[in-house]
Amino acid sequence: MRGLFYVLTALAVMGLAFWAYQENYKTQAAIAEVRGLHGEIGSAHERISMLRAEWAYLNRPDRLADLADLNFDRLGLLPLMPDAFGAVDQIIYPLPPILPITNPIELSFDQLQAMENDL
Amino acid sequence: MSRTPLRPLARILKARARGENPDVIEAENRARRHEAMADKQRQRAEGRLLVLGLAFFCAFGVIGMRMGTLASSVPEEPRASAVGNPIIGQRSDIVDRNGRILATNLQTHSLYAHPRDMIDPANAAKRLAEIFPELDEEELLKDFQGDRRFLWIRRQISPEQMQAVHDIGSPGLLFGPREMRLYPNGPLAAHILGGASYGREGVASAEVIGVAGVERQFDSYLRDPANEGAPLQLSLDLTVQAAAEQVLAGGMSIMNAKGAASVLMDIHTGEIISMVSLPDFDPNNRPRVLTTGDQSDSPLFNRAVQGVYELGSVFKIFATAQAMDLGLVNPNTMIDTQGPLTWGRFRIRDFHDYGPELSTTDVIVESSNIGTARIAMQIGAERQRAFLGSLGFLEPTPLEMVEAPTGRPLLPPNWSEISTMTISYGHGLSSSPVHLAAGYASLLNGGTRVTPTLLRRTTTEQGPRVVSEAVSAASRSMLRQVVSRGTASFGDVQGYEVGGKTGTADKPRAAGGGYYDDKVISTFASIFPANDPQYVLIVTLDEPSENSGAEPRRTAGWTAVPIAAEMIRRTAPLLGLRPQVDRPQQVGVTLTSN
Repeated sequence: MRGLFYVLTALAVMGLAFWAYQENYKTQAAIAEVRGLHGEIGSAHERISMLRAEWAYLNRPDRLADLADLNFDRLGLLPLMPDAFGAVDQIIYPLPPILPITNPIELSFDQLQAMENDL
Repeated sequence: MSRTPLRPLARILKARARGENPDVIEAENRARRHEAMADKQRQRAEGRLLVLGLAFFCAFGVIGMRMGTLASSVPEEPRASAVGNPIIGQRSDIVDRNGRILATNLQTHSLYAHPRDMIDPANAAKRLAEIFPELDEEELLKDFQGDRRFLWIRRQISPEQMQAVHDIGSPGLLFGPREMRLYPNGPLAAHILGGASYGREGVASAEVIGVAGVERQFDSYLRDPANEGAPLQLSLDLTVQAAAEQVLAGGMSIMNAKGAASVLMDIHTGEIISMVSLPDFDPNNRPRVLTTGDQSDSPLFNRAVQGVYELGSVFKIFATAQAMDLGLVNPNTMIDTQGPLTWGRFRIRDFHDYGPELSTTDVIVESSNIGTARIAMQIGAERQRAFLGSLGFLEPTPLEMVEAPTGRPLLPPNWSEISTMTISYGHGLSSSPVHLAAGYASLLNGGTRVTPTLLRRTTTEQGPRVVSEAVSAASRSMLRQVVSRGTASFGDVQGYEVGGKTGTADKPRAAGGGYYDDKVISTFASIFPANDPQYVLIVTLDEPSENSGAEPRRTAGWTAVPIAAEMIRRTAPLLGLRPQVDRPQQVGVTLTSN
């Protein structure tokens, strides 16, 4: 009885040691992965902030005004003035689509065509 | 184990035969047995002690070794338990109310030299001087050949310059990463943003610190890693700010002014939508502080916040509003304007003679100094001081800029009756355009105190009441009439019902003693739309003169007002304000029923 108990205990210790060994390596791998991801996120942040700075620089009001002046003949952009506001009833809404014709009236032209097709 | 008997029969019998005491034999044997037992026990105890000693030795050895490694190794953060985001360590961005970037960071490189590692210092110095024209070849060579080990060459270099330095190929020229503060919009809102420079510098990195404006005021917030890069949102609107700067710069050159300032403020929240001070500067390349002369001549000087001026007749509305709130006058009360008004050795005059009397409304519309002074005499010094205090004219503005406390209003040392009279038409009390904007906002938004701010506010809490709602409405109607039939007729912008008051104040001589005859500060303080006020706009010009006529015209009606009108025309649509158009009534159709 006692012998069996010793054997079981020894087996349990070995099992636990094996588990701890594996967990340790998994943790190390996870930490390494997190470190790598942090690095990636960091460089992505750096890239984004660079792109945002460039975007802001290219969209600075001075430059946009100059571009609007340069391309005036193509775009015709002017500063926004009060007369740019309109009323809703000034908008020309698209006409409602024409419904499909369900009861067509036959024309003599159609009959002529039908006869030509038959010939 | 065989046990030795204590009384062996053979020896006892022999001893008895010899007539000896057999107990001696027993005692002897007993002693021998005890000795053997003690020996055995001692041995066992020694063994145990040895094992225990070994165990302790091992334990102390392990602890000692661990302590040794801990003491001799480089400290390291425990990685698995890191909290927060360790990546975003940059200084936060500053953005406008719509999230457009006003200040951000850029990764650049710094250039430094290890002269000892240089192979051909002469060539390196020559090539460096070619790349950076501002460096002197002789000096560089002297530094390289001297006994210095380390030398900064440039704090920031562009990627092109970095490549050019790479191409020199000298092993003694090295690069370090360097974060740079970038203001992508150039001089736009320069006075508000301030600028940044480097604090402690190292080869691997450098500390970016704010030196002025909101950069300095919020330095610790911007640098706090706990924000995780959350930007600082200001109340400014980039587009409006750009339009206002453009209009003001154009107006300043047309009116031949030395300087100009404008403040556009939300009348209900006190948020500053745009604040311009000209001349301005580029915060990317901040000029040095003047060491001689008047600081107000420097482009760094923020006229809107730091510049305290006697603003002139724009103050008249405060006197009439207070008198109406106290019940002393109503808009139609007739005020004696017979001039000149003499008080002691002072004589108060009007621009024109307005006849014997004017109604309170017309005192504002025609801008009568005498009429306002008479109203102020009814109010009295104490009440006037308290009222201006409740509008914020007695202390610096609470704007979130390091420069704000320097914009302290200049008050008369002794608030006498003559001070009361002159202050009523804006002389004798100097304040900044932001003060005026806050005062107008508080008075005209319905009568509740407004504190100016540069930060975006999402909630509006109503300040304490300054004047009654009726007085606020009456004052708005007076200001509207100033534009529709008074001194500010150029200020009428169709659709926006501008209301405002002009102010032209002679500049006091710097040396003291009187005022200049030909130098004025002209101001137009306006609100729009007057029937449902949304924004306050202050435009101030320093020494303007409009020279299209036969003789130069300097009054605000000719100088500041047209600029303000153009500014409203440009900015109001950008703010989403729809012009109020009088639609022609439909004629001939009446709904009837019987």
